[in-house]
Amino acid sequence: MRKLIFSAAVAIAFATPAAAETVAITGGKVVIGDGSDPIDGGTVVIRNGNVVAAGASVKVPAGARTVDANGKWVTPGIFAGFSRVGLVEVGAVSSTNDSSARGSKFSAGLDIAPSIDPFRSSVAVNRAAGVTRAVVAPSSSGEIFAGQGAIADLGADNNPVTKARAFQFVEFGATGARRSGGSRSANHLQFRAYLREAADHAAGRAAFDDELMRKEDAKALQPVLSGATRLLVHVEGANDILRLIELKRSYPKIKMVLVGASEGWRVASDIRKAGLPVIASALNDLPEDFDRLSATQSNIGRMKDAGVNVAIGMINDRDAHQLRYTVQYAGNLVSLNRVPRATGLTWNEAFAAITSKPAEIMGMGARLGSLKPGRAGDVVIWDGDPLELSSAPTRVFIDGVEQSLDNRQARLRERYRNPVEGDLPKAYDR
Amino acid sequence: MRLSRFRWAAVMALPLGLMACAAGADEGGAKSASSEAAKTKAAKAKPAKVAFPSTYKAYPAQETVIIPVTIFDGAGGRIDNGWVHMADGKIKEVGGPTSMPPDVGNTINGAGKYVTPGIIDIHSHLGDYPSPSVAAHSDGNEATSPTTPEVWAEHSVWPQDPGFSRALANGGITSLQILPGSANLMGGRAVTLKNVYARTVQGMKFPGAPYGFKMACGENPKRVYGRKGRMPSTRMGNLAVNRQTWIKAQDYRKKRNSGKSFKRDLGMETLAGVLDGDILVHNHCYRADEMAQVMGMADEFGYKVSAFHHAVESYKIGDLLKAHGACSAMWADWWGFKMEAYDAIPENAAMVQNSGACTIIHSDDKNQIQRLNQEAAKALADGRRMGLEISDATAIQWITLNPAKAMGIDKMTGSLKAGKMADVVLWNGNPLSVYSRPDKVWIDGALMFDAADPKRRPVSDFELGQPGEGDVK
Repeated sequence: MRKLIFSAAVAIAFATPAAAETVAITGGKVVIGDGSDPIDGGTVVIRNGNVVAAGASVKVPAGARTVDANGKWVTPGIFAGFSRVGLVEVGAVSSTNDSSARGSKFSAGLDIAPSIDPFRSSVAVNRAAGVTRAVVAPSSSGEIFAGQGAIADLGADNNPVTKARAFQFVEFGATGARRSGGSRSANHLQFRAYLREAADHAAGRAAFDDELMRKEDAKALQPVLSGATRLLVHVEGANDILRLIELKRSYPKIKMVLVGASEGWRVASDIRKAGLPVIASALNDLPEDFDRLSATQSNIGRMKDAGVNVAIGMINDRDAHQLRYTVQYAGNLVSLNRVPRATGLTWNEAFAAITSKPAEIMGMGARLGSLKPGRAGDVVIWDGDPLELSSAPTRVFIDGVEQSLDNRQARLRERYRNPVEGDLPKAYDR
Repeated sequence: MRLSRFRWAAVMALPLGLMACAAGADEGGAKSASSEAAKTKAAKAKPAKVAFPSTYKAYPAQETVIIPVTIFDGAGGRIDNGWVHMADGKIKEVGGPTSMPPDVGNTINGAGKYVTPGIIDIHSHLGDYPSPSVAAHSDGNEATSPTTPEVWAEHSVWPQDPGFSRALANGGITSLQILPGSANLMGGRAVTLKNVYARTVQGMKFPGAPYGFKMACGENPKRVYGRKGRMPSTRMGNLAVNRQTWIKAQDYRKKRNSGKSFKRDLGMETLAGVLDGDILVHNHCYRADEMAQVMGMADEFGYKVSAFHHAVESYKIGDLLKAHGACSAMWADWWGFKMEAYDAIPENAAMVQNSGACTIIHSDDKNQIQRLNQEAAKALADGRRMGLEISDATAIQWITLNPAKAMGIDKMTGSLKAGKMADVVLWNGNPLSVYSRPDKVWIDGALMFDAADPKRRPVSDFELGQPGEGDVK
């Protein structure tokens, strides 16, 4: 009982962010996250919220708090390449689900940032599983454009947004066709028409047609046109990818990123030639629809072998609650290397695909996603190989601040450790 | 013959406490007073022929020995440096390092590899919600009435679902139960299949497997029918409709057992089958309090819940589940997608195991059926992290013998006991590691998947001539 009360007090203490301190994590197996080999017995130093050094012969600065990581793994936090984290408490309870806005008059103009709630249970649960940053995207509802997504951290503080309006999200393929009236032709024309409107609006031309589009939506597409923000395009089928690559030729400045891309392996050289990075679903291997007839778990490995810049993301796959699957997915891609005819990733590649790669693809590689000097102090200490099913974080730092690993699920577990009531009902047991 | 054998097995499994409780109810009283006589009569009054009988035939099996290999036997045992001998489609013998298998032509070197029984998923919608998931294939929920005990999932199963092949090749699934969906309080009969493609569903039906009966409590039925402005629109409505229906089933069963002529009713036939103990109840239920309500209803009408499915709050009532003898079939870690899944915790399965109640990991998912071994591994790790001592071999039992028991097929498969079907997976490493995959899968001793042989990888009609045909998936 005493122990439980103590742990609850600790949880409350952690709920207010501690000041960033100088921390040296010593003796662990250090993974930089850039695809290089793990370093045994390495040291990671965090100061003022940032990584200042990580490697084999790093000195512990005077006055640093030392954390012993002997026998443990020390890695950058997991960067969820695509998610809806912080937008949803209970999926089927619409008042707690801000991932899409079916009743809104707006589309591209929607900004996800105010919907990201750092106190959603899913933030704490996934933080305890080592996820420290995430691409957070709106879901589309009535239009092909879903709105402006953000990069967020999963820290227990009041400021979840790392970068607001970091990208625009748009649907192509089967969903895009449905959103634009029923065909891919309509999808392409709608895309072109909206971007023309946005350009007209920017130029102050009288031709602006607000029957087609609202000003707020048009304005939000201007930084997409200029390349100031990225355009994340959800597309799965090989033909849809090829047609998108053709479409992009009309918009040389747009910085496009493919999301999903289950059939990407069939057109991997085209994707590479077009210079399009991909945030791909890792384990899609079923013909869930006719866009994904040739889906295979070897997709990411084959695209990577063809020279495509690829990261792992979870699109429409428990992307609000289960970002903790990210490490399992990466581990599965490693397992493919032992399956005849399959193509996976090496361990180092797989870990990069859930840390530095998504950060780089989102244009944040200089600030996030690895333990190179200057990156945010998002560091996780694991009790074993982070991709292995038996492993879990023992400590998590975000922006250099050590985080509570407590959450609702842990509290329920402790309450029901012995399910039978004692001297008082369970409601008194906390 | 097989059906009656199972009926008896199920009756024997009824805990004494349940029989006593049931004695107050109309049917239960008759059953416990002279159950033998009632059974005989019931058997006579039934239609003579089994409808849609299994036409499954095991494919030719080669006598095979795997040695040396690490064995998880499915019943909680582990043998290091062991061997497995399969002959005539059956497990012939399993041995350890101090014994030698016979010399057979087909001896497989299992060094560094692991053997488990074929993995069993107790909760799948392959075939009734197949890929591609287009409206034309949406055959899992007859959501036109809150009680549809008259429907049979097997009549919705499309045997060309590409999902069967993924479950085999990536998940080592050899048997699986296909259920109707959970829109209805009483969703209909479930069917157990061998994971072997056939031209017909009958060709996949597990010979001798008892039928399951799908029930659902909680949010789904009240939401689906409440929206239609009809009962049930509340949880109390859920229970009321269920109990009224069970009362009708008791009446029907009484008429059927009376020896007089009676009008056959498909739905009532299934419900009477449940009351007979022939058909095993699989009850979708999330919350602890609702599972307790369902167990109360089962006691009232004298049946037993074979397994609660989803059961995300079983950890709150492990003691009650143990007393009822109900299994919990759970995900490792799904949570938060609806209110009744809000209190799910990843230690659920391990805590149920720790309570001494029957523990099963299920998928209810065309993707996670491909890695039930990994889901079991995660649930095991979460249990150990909270201090529970559970062996690797026990975690394998969660996806082999325990589901077999809850499905009533444990005398035939689910462990590597001599005489059982040779449903076997050879893994290229420890199946509880993320880095391991099935190397070979045998069903009834026939090699149905071989990672090294592209021709031992099934390709459904749907995928023939399509991009990616026959690819690794």
